Amino acid sequence: FAEFDDAADLLAANPDATTISIDEPSDIPKNKHGRLQQSGREEDDELLGTDDSDKTELLAGQKKSAPFWTFEYYQTFFDVDTYQVLDRIKGSVFPVPGKNFVRLYIRSNPDLYGPFWICATLVFAIAVSGNLSNFFIHLGKPTYHYVPEFRKVSIAATTIYAYAWLVPLALWGFLMWRNSKVMNIVSYSFLEIVCVYGYSLFIYIPTAILWIIPQRVVRWVLVVFSLCLSGSVLVMTFWPAVRDDNRRIALATVATIVLLHALLAVGCLAYFFDAPELDFPAPIIPVHNGTTVITK
Amino acid sequence: MLLEQGTTLRALEPCARHSLRAPLRSCLLQDEQFADLADMSLSGDITVEGEITVPVGAPSPDEDFSTLDEPVRETIMRDLKAVGKKFVHVMYPKKSSTLLRDWDLWGPLVLCVSLALMLQGGSADSKEDGGPQFAEVFVIIWFGAVVITLNSKLLGGTISFFQSLCVLGYCVLPLTVAMLVCRLVLLAGAGTISFVVRLLVVLAMFAWSTLASTAFLADSQPPNRKALVVYPIFLFYFVISWMILTFTPQ
Repeated sequence: FAEFDDAADLLAANPDATTISIDEPSDIPKNKHGRLQQSGREEDDELLGTDDSDKTELLAGQKKSAPFWTFEYYQTFFDVDTYQVLDRIKGSVFPVPGKNFVRLYIRSNPDLYGPFWICATLVFAIAVSGNLSNFFIHLGKPTYHYVPEFRKVSIAATTIYAYAWLVPLALWGFLMWRNSKVMNIVSYSFLEIVCVYGYSLFIYIPTAILWIIPQRVVRWVLVVFSLCLSGSVLVMTFWPAVRDDNRRIALATVATIVLLHALLAVGCLAYFFDAPELDFPAPIIPVHNGTTVITK
Repeated sequence: MLLEQGTTLRALEPCARHSLRAPLRSCLLQDEQFADLADMSLSGDITVEGEITVPVGAPSPDEDFSTLDEPVRETIMRDLKAVGKKFVHVMYPKKSSTLLRDWDLWGPLVLCVSLALMLQGGSADSKEDGGPQFAEVFVIIWFGAVVITLNSKLLGGTISFFQSLCVLGYCVLPLTVAMLVCRLVLLAGAGTISFVVRLLVVLAMFAWSTLASTAFLADSQPPNRKALVVYPIFLFYFVISWMILTFTPQ
């Protein structure tokens, strides 16, 4: 063990030299807690998970080396296993406060499988649920004739795929522009942003199915609930990327992200699902002065 | 013409006056023109031993592979039989590789066209909010099959593009049968009972289609990504089943 003696000698000679010590991963959060008031750099390291940051650096360099006109290039975007996709979906539905979705789950392996098929499922979920809900709402009426409303599938597809691809494009362009002006610690590639947006849309699938219930209150509670969950995933992802910028621009960016997300949910609810009317006869409430009043 | 053992190559067949480029089996070297050639190089008769069989009456050299002269009926029947055999394989899905080995796209085309035709005549053909138009059904089936095939290849599947298209197209057969049954049931009436019957039939055929196509396609996928490949197939047949179930005649 001659090397250890050499290192000890060197350290004795220059006690201020920086040394690298490899701790157990459980020790790292403990050490970081005492430095909370420092800049966000350490926070990002913590979110990165420093035990495999080296690996991700290596992997990031090795991926996508095939030229873009070969099939292998596109295969690198589908390099996920079943459990990875399920983990990412779980991470988008149950956001852990303080954890960054991109760093925790994607880790330089963005995939296009999740965003594409979640959007496809969402398109058909909204179209089918909207159709079913309209059918149940208008069921008893004599003038109602059921129509499958197939046009709405193409409208839903256009809307959702445009949202899932154009908004990340705009956001990525905006972040690149701000990056050139202000040095940001955290920056995302275009595919990572598409990935986050795609997986954050997953919560809308069960929401759309539950929107069949023809009660206004239930529908709006569902909107708020799903917006909170997926909006928080987006906010926690993009806040570290804009926080070093001008305060107002950072807040405006995050507010725009949440606003567009809310607009998608409300727009889908308003267009594909007819307004529920009362589905039972209005109750007759006896008023104390003897007359009965029918209330709506 | 069969040469017996020990026969010398002489005067076995009368030769017409061919040029030297004529096939040798029709002209042997015993014409007066070539007599000096024969005398020139040989000191005596050459004895050849062995058997040569030359097919007679063959009009073209590649007779085994040329189907140009067969009657049209035979050609059509051969393709129809191949398509019919694949239909049987779909209805009773066993792990046979016939569907994969000799892929063809005739069956999927016939099924797709007949399904799209049967989905016509629904409510409000020309107005908005009606059922799917012919082109929409066509596009959904073919574009959906292409996307699923690309998806399975991108995930590392070893199946070829057209084989996968062939399997997905042929597995639409149970749903086409369901559409036929639905149209017949709707002729009888459009009440709740007919809806329940249609729902059960469509559900059963949807399950059959999905199971048949996974039986054929699942083996060619990497083992830890099978669910990722099966789910889009499920979605594809679900959409087709939805179109069939919501068909309402005007």
